[in-house]
Amino acid sequence: MKKFLALLAVIALGVGIIKTLDNNVSFPKYGEAVIESRVSNFYIKKNVTEENSEVLFGGSDYETGSANFVTSIVANYRSFDTLGEVTVLFISAFGVALLLGSKEQKRLELNFKPNFMLQVGSRALFAIIVMVGLYISIHGHLTPGGGFPGGTIIAASVLLLYLSNDKFRTNIRGFRFMQSITGALYVIIGLVGLFVSGFFLENFLGTGIVGNLFSAGIIPIVYIIIGLKVGSDFSIIIDSFLTKEVSK
Amino acid sequence: MIQIASILLVMLGLYGILTNRNIIKIIISLNIFEVGLNLFIVSLAYVEGGIDPILTSHSASSTLSFVDPLPHALVLTAIVIGVGTTALGLAFAKKIYAKYGTYELDEMGVE
Repeated sequence: MKKFLALLAVIALGVGIIKTLDNNVSFPKYGEAVIESRVSNFYIKKNVTEENSEVLFGGSDYETGSANFVTSIVANYRSFDTLGEVTVLFISAFGVALLLGSKEQKRLELNFKPNFMLQVGSRALFAIIVMVGLYISIHGHLTPGGGFPGGTIIAASVLLLYLSNDKFRTNIRGFRFMQSITGALYVIIGLVGLFVSGFFLENFLGTGIVGNLFSAGIIPIVYIIIGLKVGSDFSIIIDSFLTKEVSK
Repeated sequence: MIQIASILLVMLGLYGILTNRNIIKIIISLNIFEVGLNLFIVSLAYVEGGIDPILTSHSASSTLSFVDPLPHALVLTAIVIGVGTTALGLAFAKKIYAKYGTYELDEMGVE
């Protein structure tokens, strides 16, 4: 009976959503969106605060020099939003450590005995995976990716070490330190922008030539900070789930 | 078509949240709900024949037809928040299992 009521409510909701969106004037059909009438048009043309008609690859002195438009939104136009997001992630990692952690932790035992080849091979892969993660974080303003995928890849390398060796634990104090330092650095960069240019998280460095590695002002710096912060947050979450309290 | 599929995913996730009595299954339903919503928001960005919103040497001018970058940025935020809430929910589930010895909400507190 309860399941039937739930089914009725869910079907009513779905039919309601589809009926409302069908043939609605303000809701374009799939694939027929008009970008020129949306706010994204300003982000693509890079003329939110300055007059600008066309952005060229290799051009210089735009209001933000990121070749990747998604990055220019995440780390420049809506950077305050990203600061809140990073804060939520910090609180989540903090909450997991608070719920599952205690003063002394020891590793959960794995069900199988990892052999020598698995341990050596995962260590060799670890270096490559961390390098890929850092590369993706640093090139966030030129290629798809950025701090969030890069940080997740760094945390995945830590997870690989955890799963291939049941004696292994990372230096969790180091990750806590990095988490706090990178979070503080993000706010400090915002405050420097406030004092130099008058707006919080303003891009106070030169934007450079679109498409160069050293361009786009503070965007690469912010994205490297986000990559390290996301990596350390997820590593702390992984460590909390794969350890248990020492029972006395 | 893909928008109707994503709305179906949202309905499926909501049905799972309403009917399941197992904590792990509720968290999985929440994730299905979230995937449906993310798919819906990304589908709003698609433009017929649009290219990905990155300036390269092959697509060197902003006058070309790009897909909308703003929903991509919003979904990037939503995915990370989703991972955070899932991790916190699983931590609560682990704590509850340590106290009651079960994941079923109906069996808790009954000896």
